[in-house]
Amino acid sequence: MSEKTEDIELRLLLDAIFRRYHYDFRGYSVASITRRLRQARDRFGCRTFSQLQDRVLHDPGVLPELLSFLTVQVSELFRDPAYFRAIREQVVPHLRTYPSLKVWVAGCSAGEELYSLAILFREEGLEDRTLFYGTDINPAALKRAEAGVYEIDRMPLFTDNHRLSGGKSSLSDYYTAAYGAAVFDKTLRRRTVFSDHSLVTDAVFAEVHLVSCRNVLIYFDRELQDRAIGLFKDSLVRKGFLGLGAKESLRFSAHADAFTEFARDERIYQKRGAS
Amino acid sequence: MIGASAGAVDALSVLLPALPAGFPLPVMVVVHVPPDKKSVMAELFRNKCRVDVREAEDKEPLAPGTVYFAPPDYHLLVEPDRRLSLSSEEPVHYSRPAIDVLFESAADAFGPGLVGVLLTGASADGARGLRAIADAGGGALVQDPSEAMVPTMPRAGIAACPTATVVPLTQMAAVLGTLGERS
Ligand SMILES: C[S@@+](CC[C@H](N)C(=O)[O-])C[C@H]1O[C@@H](n2cnc3c(N)ncnc32)[C@H](O)[C@@H]1O
Repeated sequence: MSEKTEDIELRLLLDAIFRRYHYDFRGYSVASITRRLRQARDRFGCRTFSQLQDRVLHDPGVLPELLSFLTVQVSELFRDPAYFRAIREQVVPHLRTYPSLKVWVAGCSAGEELYSLAILFREEGLEDRTLFYGTDINPAALKRAEAGVYEIDRMPLFTDNHRLSGGKSSLSDYYTAAYGAAVFDKTLRRRTVFSDHSLVTDAVFAEVHLVSCRNVLIYFDRELQDRAIGLFKDSLVRKGFLGLGAKESLRFSAHADAFTEFARDERIYQKRGAS
Repeated sequence: MIGASAGAVDALSVLLPALPAGFPLPVMVVVHVPPDKKSVMAELFRNKCRVDVREAEDKEPLAPGTVYFAPPDYHLLVEPDRRLSLSSEEPVHYSRPAIDVLFESAADAFGPGLVGVLLTGASADGARGLRAIADAGGGALVQDPSEAMVPTMPRAGIAACPTATVVPLTQMAAVLGTLGERS
């Protein structure tokens, strides 16, 4: 059977985006990217992906909005409290043994995951010796992460999550409410660098003790997952930690042997000593 | 490929145990569950069924004779290479997982070699997906609304996909059982 027209157009569109703008979505999970590009196609009033491709190539203003369809931005503070509880109770005791620490939050979206760790590290007395890197490919998300401003109506959920994660203080200590928004304390990002970095096209940039990369790998096909996990492996110190999303694992990864299961249910892995 | 919401557990308790041992097809199921619910569906049905029952894992290849439940708080999709994938994109019809997301991706992946089943539920989720399956040449089955615990979802399915076959739950089990023989 010959390839469906829509599939051909989708491939060409992703090729065009890569060649023109160097955003590489060619190895993303097909089912979900197709779904989101159909939404974008309709949103831009295009009938086909070919029409959308024409728009993207000739109107640079289209790409930023298209990126918001191509990248899923759903996140929460202390999303999956059990994960952060395991970081707090099981990983932090190991991290305490280092005089200085680096933490990489890969695919940090609008910063929720990074602020969660910054708060947790402050509560555990590790903040002052830690440097955080928050990276993402979506510039709008990085901007929001840097601003640290969230809608106030998300706070009850964030507060519950924080408490369930074993939070030792009140979440309201870390933000001020103003004009329907919650503005997170600037000091939380005193030791944070947010920057543009793609797990698909960029290289390792630092040696870190903890990588937290949640709900990003599910959007990649297996080959890309392997590339990203390889980056994490090369970036981590011996015995460093890798935390994944609740439904992600190293089970199908080519690098599985380089890690041990540290907290199985919370998807936290530890890099092996010898490598 | 099955979607269900309110009343799902009762309906699935009729359907899934009717699948014979050695059933040659994979079965994917989306049930609307609250996001904070621990994964209970697979455990609930594991001991009642003669086929394998598990919760779907990201990038897992589909195996015959296996029932895959979408995990709470994730959409379940099928890739063109017939692996499963998960996504945390926005809820559809207020639900994650959503039936439409699974059905539409499966319609793309399988074309005509697919049967979509829409059961009891208080939502319009699944209607569009059922239509997509029918449009791709697959089969569309809807639980008879007059005997569904909550008829909203079957009714929406029939409205969106008038070519769907309306089947009472008890006969649906038999239909599913024989699907394997035709494959
Ligand atoms: C669903 S969000 C996850 C947010 C957060 N980590 C969490 O679990 O709540 C996925 C993020 O991955 C980012 N992303 C997608 N492709 C990427 C890539 N190639 N490199 C780095 N980040 C990427 C998206 O822009 C988006 O912000």
